[in-house]
Amino acid sequence: MTLRLAALTAAILLLATGIATAQDNKPTDPQIAHIAYTAGQIDIEAGKLALKKSKNKQVRDFAEEMVRDHTAVNDKALALVKKLNVTPEANPTSKALLDQGKKEHATLSKLNGKAFDKAYATNEVAYHKTVNGALETTLIPSASNSELKDLLGTGLKIFQGHEQHAEHLAAEMK
Amino acid sequence: MAPIGRVLVVALVVAGAPTAEAETLRIELNKLTFTPLERQAHVGDTIEWVNSDFVAHTATARDHSFDVMLEPGKSGRYTVQKTGAVDYYCRFHPNMTGRITVGE
Repeated sequence: MTLRLAALTAAILLLATGIATAQDNKPTDPQIAHIAYTAGQIDIEAGKLALKKSKNKQVRDFAEEMVRDHTAVNDKALALVKKLNVTPEANPTSKALLDQGKKEHATLSKLNGKAFDKAYATNEVAYHKTVNGALETTLIPSASNSELKDLLGTGLKIFQGHEQHAEHLAAEMK
Repeated sequence: MAPIGRVLVVALVVAGAPTAEAETLRIELNKLTFTPLERQAHVGDTIEWVNSDFVAHTATARDHSFDVMLEPGKSGRYTVQKTGAVDYYCRFHPNMTGRITVGE
């Protein structure tokens, strides 16, 4: 009984601390802007790599779409932060994204032909899933400026479209 | 009085006849949604998609009857040629879907 109570107390305490930490760690608008922009840049670079390496029309069409859409979203984001007088601020999340992005870029760079196409498509599915998940659960709910929240919301719908398109592409590459 | 009344009746009948002139029906694309999602049309009508988003879209028929490119801020048209329901989507963002139901 006492043991169970102690365990329960510990669990509640842990949960409470967890929530408190999550709130303390809630990213600020300048951090959110930096994370979203960085995520876009990574996918633009991956798309450019695909356009350099792939001869497959479906892969090239998809890569062109990634470069075009993510550039459009990032241009909107830049215009918005300028208007709001917000300076995007580097943070551990955007740094982790960038490090991971560089690693994936290096791995993809070593592949050619069908192996590249397949890896790029699989990577794009996983990447969009991760970023969309982060947008949905953390970035959008944490954004305090309504225009930023709105742009991230539109971005999420665009990127969910990319996720579906990437899934079709990955299925074709199998 | 009576002749004028008769002319009016004739005019109304002509205007309301089933051979009504073809219309241009607008569908707006905003925040990755086709509005209205479902559009009723008649053979000969022109569908005009207006893209208010800042990214490019397409209106692509599942049965391949049309594939209209819609650049950001631009519009595109398709003239309906046959009856029946056509489901369409955006090739770039397949989560965007719509439907046109065509009567005679």
